[in-house]
Amino acid sequence: MKRFRRHGQESQRERIKQELYGFNKTVEHGFPHQPSALGFSPSLQLLAIGTRSGAIKLYGGPGVEFMGLHDENAAVTQVHFLPHQVELVTLLDDNSLHMWTLRAHHGVSELLEIGRFTLTGPPGAPPSVTRVTAVLAHSSGDLLLLGTEGGHVFIVKVPGFRELEERNISLEKVTNGVPEDYGGRRSLEHVESLQENPVNPRQVLIGYGRGLMVIWDLDSQSAVTHIPATQQLESVWWTEDGGHVLSSHSDGSYCRWKVAGDDPQSEQEKSEVPYGHFPCKAISKIIQLPTEQGPPFLFLSGGMPRASYGDRHCISVIHSKTHVALDFTSRIIDFFVIRDGPYHTGEPSALVVLVEEELVVIDLQTEGWPVIQTPYLVPLHCSAITCSHHVSAIPLKLWERVLSAGALQNTHYSKKPWPMTGGQNLAPDPPQRDLLLTGHEDGTVRFWDASGVCLYPMYKLSTAGVFLTDSDPNDNLNQGTEGEWPPFRKVGCFDPYSDDPRLGIQKIHLCKYSGYLTVAGTAGQILVLELNDEAAEQTVEATVADLLQGQEGFRWKGHTRLEVREEPVTFPPGFQPFALVQCQPPAVVTALTLHSEWKLVTFGTSHGFGLYDYQQKNNVLVRCTLNPSDQLAMEGPLSRVKSIKKSLRQSFRRIRRSRVSLRKHHVNNAAKLQQANARLEAELAEMELAPVQRKIEPRSPDDSFTGLVRTLYFADTFISDSSHNTPSLWAGTNGGSVFAYQLRLPPVERRGEDPVTAHPAKEIQLMHRAPVVGILVLDGHGSPLPEPLEVAHDLARSPDMQGSHSLLVISEEQFKVFTLPKVSAKMKLKLTAIDGSRVRRVGVAWFGSTRTDDYGESGLTVLTNQGDLHVVSLPGVKLQVQYPCIRREDVSGIASCVFTKHGQGFYLISPSEFERFSLSARCVVEPRSLVEVSSETPSTTLPRALPDGASVERR
Amino acid sequence: MNKHHRVPSNRTLSSVEVKSKFGAEFRRFSLDRSKPGRFDEFYGLLQHVHRIPNVDLLVGYADVHGDLLPINNNDNYHKAISVASPLLRLFLQRKEEADYSAFGTDSLTRPKKTVLAAVLLRPDANRKKPPVIISLPRDFRPVSSIIDVDILPETHRRVRLYKHGQEKPLGFYIRDGSSVRVTPQGLEKVPGIFISRMVPGGLAESTGLLAVNDEVLEVNGIEVQGKSLDQVTDMMIANSHNLIVTVKPANQRNNIIRSSGGGGGAASGSSGRSSDSGASFYGYFTPGAAIVTTPAHIIQNFHPEELESDEDEEDLVIEADGEALPIPRAASASCSMPSLPRYEPHLNLRSTANGALASSTGSLSTVSTPDRGLEGRSLEEDGTLITL
Repeated sequence: MKRFRRHGQESQRERIKQELYGFNKTVEHGFPHQPSALGFSPSLQLLAIGTRSGAIKLYGGPGVEFMGLHDENAAVTQVHFLPHQVELVTLLDDNSLHMWTLRAHHGVSELLEIGRFTLTGPPGAPPSVTRVTAVLAHSSGDLLLLGTEGGHVFIVKVPGFRELEERNISLEKVTNGVPEDYGGRRSLEHVESLQENPVNPRQVLIGYGRGLMVIWDLDSQSAVTHIPATQQLESVWWTEDGGHVLSSHSDGSYCRWKVAGDDPQSEQEKSEVPYGHFPCKAISKIIQLPTEQGPPFLFLSGGMPRASYGDRHCISVIHSKTHVALDFTSRIIDFFVIRDGPYHTGEPSALVVLVEEELVVIDLQTEGWPVIQTPYLVPLHCSAITCSHHVSAIPLKLWERVLSAGALQNTHYSKKPWPMTGGQNLAPDPPQRDLLLTGHEDGTVRFWDASGVCLYPMYKLSTAGVFLTDSDPNDNLNQGTEGEWPPFRKVGCFDPYSDDPRLGIQKIHLCKYSGYLTVAGTAGQILVLELNDEAAEQTVEATVADLLQGQEGFRWKGHTRLEVREEPVTFPPGFQPFALVQCQPPAVVTALTLHSEWKLVTFGTSHGFGLYDYQQKNNVLVRCTLNPSDQLAMEGPLSRVKSIKKSLRQSFRRIRRSRVSLRKHHVNNAAKLQQANARLEAELAEMELAPVQRKIEPRSPDDSFTGLVRTLYFADTFISDSSHNTPSLWAGTNGGSVFAYQLRLPPVERRGEDPVTAHPAKEIQLMHRAPVVGILVLDGHGSPLPEPLEVAHDLARSPDMQGSHSLLVISEEQFKVFTLPKVSAKMKLKLTAIDGSRVRRVGVAWFGSTRTDDYGESGLTVLTNQGDLHVVSLPGVKLQVQYPCIRREDVSGIASCVFTKHGQGFYLISPSEFERFSLSARCVVEPRSLVEVSSETPSTTLPRALPDGASVERR
Repeated sequence: MNKHHRVPSNRTLSSVEVKSKFGAEFRRFSLDRSKPGRFDEFYGLLQHVHRIPNVDLLVGYADVHGDLLPINNNDNYHKAISVASPLLRLFLQRKEEADYSAFGTDSLTRPKKTVLAAVLLRPDANRKKPPVIISLPRDFRPVSSIIDVDILPETHRRVRLYKHGQEKPLGFYIRDGSSVRVTPQGLEKVPGIFISRMVPGGLAESTGLLAVNDEVLEVNGIEVQGKSLDQVTDMMIANSHNLIVTVKPANQRNNIIRSSGGGGGAASGSSGRSSDSGASFYGYFTPGAAIVTTPAHIIQNFHPEELESDEDEEDLVIEADGEALPIPRAASASCSMPSLPRYEPHLNLRSTANGALASSTGSLSTVSTPDRGLEGRSLEEDGTLITL
């Protein structure tokens, strides 16, 4: 009977769990890693990006996103939408073609792969015969023309991928018709480009690598015209009226050919090398678009003078007298132009450029061609992300102030709306305003609107201005000199070069109620900032916190402290620093917490922790946690650790050096190289001899970095006696120690004068000595204590102060609950001893039930070093659910994970992309969008419905 | 062969020289090895030769490894006689002033430290010895041991590395490797974890129970198959205060062979070939078996749960006044977390309690914690705690 009842309870608990928890990876924010192909559908107003890892991502209007992944682990080299349809074709590096479609299902579109195809040549033919180099999706919507490396053009019926063998255009057929005077009978080489005649869909232009272009009639299956270009061909463009063909070549030239009529031999009208005189690089793509009145727009990618500007990534836009060479931050993958009008055949309105690290959209209809800010695909990594911090449910007031501060920074952007409008965003409005803050290597903190599917940039804070750095702020003003040729203009924001690595942001804490922000960095600097709507000029007061506390016999071998500007600095509206603490030694800050109600900031490094009163601007407490025998922690980052990697790198350098000298001096080279090689071989052999092995030894107090402070926590709780609660500070270290201090705050009216004091109250040494990664106090009801000011703003129930509080210490190995004020073990949950995984990240979250609005539970969200996500109940510390999430080899992904207060989280899947996941069944943010084919299909007589052009293949 | 030189003379084979020390006095006599007689006779003899007829004695002897071991029943008496070669050194103490802590420690250690438990592995098939019954737990210090022999396949060995209070490092390394398993589809190569190296003088080496290239199958009752090297490392470190590893020894010749009719006896091997003792481990923990009552705090050193539980009781709290105290247990605790041990630790005793003598009482009947969820975990609790 008892067992039966118990069973019933269990199944009920299972049901509640299902209502509370559910794991979903919902959306990827940021810019795809290593994009390799771009496609665009004017009719759907969708753009597609293929990546080197085989992912295909579609974007329309803000919030409209789709993602697919090829089973093959091969790079996507080309993406083509079928005109006027919801299908698209991708070509992969392994020569396979894939058909994708957007299928509506329950009112929401899904991206599905519906077919795959690989060309098969005649038996015995070399693979180059069927190696696809050019793809043309014919405007009829049911034909695909595939040009190959062997020079053949295969015609395939889609969507079924049925080969129409009798209509193939073999190289032999073409070669026979080539005029005798065209450079002998040498091979025409591969098919470089396939273009459809904009006014006559029965005619296609085949451009061969050697330069020859042939206009082919699909009905009569014969060549109509030959265009005898002799330079290596890069790309071809058929003007909208069908009267001219533009070809671009590898020597940096482009030519215009007149092709009107049935003239079998076309003549060259114009040939130009735009950046001429000296040898130029190839023009890899050319587009010309007409305007209503006046001269056409001409777009050229590349073509720069090889010697002086060969390393620039440029697209030249030429319109009338205006000529600009847009200078991008990274390699250009592809570009297309969006046009106005109901059938997207009007004026060019925006130039969309995909470069390796970002997507740049240029407004072509506003004076000066400003950049339009992208609502998605934002390069999160414009400087490398070093940490992130999430704040849920931002009050509207703070939200608006941050937005307005951000608006002042974005005045250089175009006012025009985002030109991509495809699909409908059906996702419900986000229930609350969430902020994601990312800290970067260059000392900036970026604020992102993380409420919905689009991670939208709101505001950027730079902390570099407080310090004296080597960089000259006027560095970037040396451009735009009069008469400079080519007329460069820098576009894009990707800038991975940090002036000073010490500026890097390591920890962030924002109080959403008071607008106080604290950020801490690599050189032990802690800044306290407050939100100000006006610009202000002020000096930032620096306080030094000597964390060594007289420990002697150590020498810091790491970087030096940052130098502070002593003169007043003007800070723009937004978050302005007003206090600075500098740790001595200037080790990286490893833990940081702000209590805005008490006006205290606490910080920790590998040497100890401190408590700073930012109202009185003085240190309340400094505590050294260093083990006197821990030389390693003392000396700075890895000063003594000599890694195998490093020695290997050195070996390779030696080799390279010897190779360089080999070229330079031509003496003794062979012997030197041999020597270096032998050395490397010996080192490699040594490595192979020692297998990967792990030492099994309990942790010892003498281990390195035991004093590193991992977590800091403020709590108003019963720290010394059970009748009076007082403010307290808790610190947890790498060596399994917890230090607790009782804080005495003066009454509010004397807060500015009387000192804040801290008295040591307790020290706990966990015997298993695993690093303490989280500390939490639970109130009398077993709920986590609310955040500071949360109760004051009526946003949380005041904590229960009647029942006894308990202390939850989360180490990497286990969760352990102690009673308070007398610390005695109450219960625990072991993790490592059971399955060998260790806690890497932990957060407190509220899980709402999907069934009723009024039921919910608090829980711990945990990410382990195995990449698994766990939910642990509070206050019972019982494992509730477990989901695999991140590959365990993906160390940076695991380290980058940040949890929200509502059971969601983010982690980096590449340097530039956040994956968003949800553990909550109720709180899920995911794209829900619908794409439909517009019923009105433009008549085929309308010129050029497919201005995206074939993507130039990149490898 | 060379060994012949070491063969003891006939005289030493047939009789045992005894050197008995009581206080500052020595007595020497000899016993017939083949007919040692009963313990109470021997006890009477000792009282007689020392002329202390009415003194309660605690009898101890130095074994081959230099450990002081007690003689208080027929079995350990016979054992002492059988291992004495040629000299049996006895140490007598008055019971009321006995120094228990001397027993089982290395108090008599000689330069050459051999390993107590290595006896188990010494192939010694020639001599058939009478089955040796382990004596009262209090007469032994907890040492690393082979456990659960009765439930494991003979090819496997479950080893408890008892580190308690020792300065020795655990002293071994593990690595990735591959092993061959028999599956229904035939032989299959699967990844496995192996012991890669022993630190000389470390606990693992000194027990002699683990060896390089032994395959690690379980850690504290949890299978390691499918787990990465780092995971297994972390598991072992998390359990390092009471590490129980199940291995498949690379050298399969020293396996303990069970007699088929074994009555659930645990490994009691003090000889190379352990035979079934016929007395189960649990027999010692029935209330009736409790013979001596000793102060409660001593018992706890042998409380099975203490061995089972880890470092819990040893978390240290320093209160504001600066005095270090072990963390006591909350009153309400035991009901919520069954795995917690249920006694008050006495840290101040720990230094002297290392290897101290203790005795069993009825409290030891709670051998296995009742409601541990994992089956694997209950396994590890079934085993013998102390084996010599």
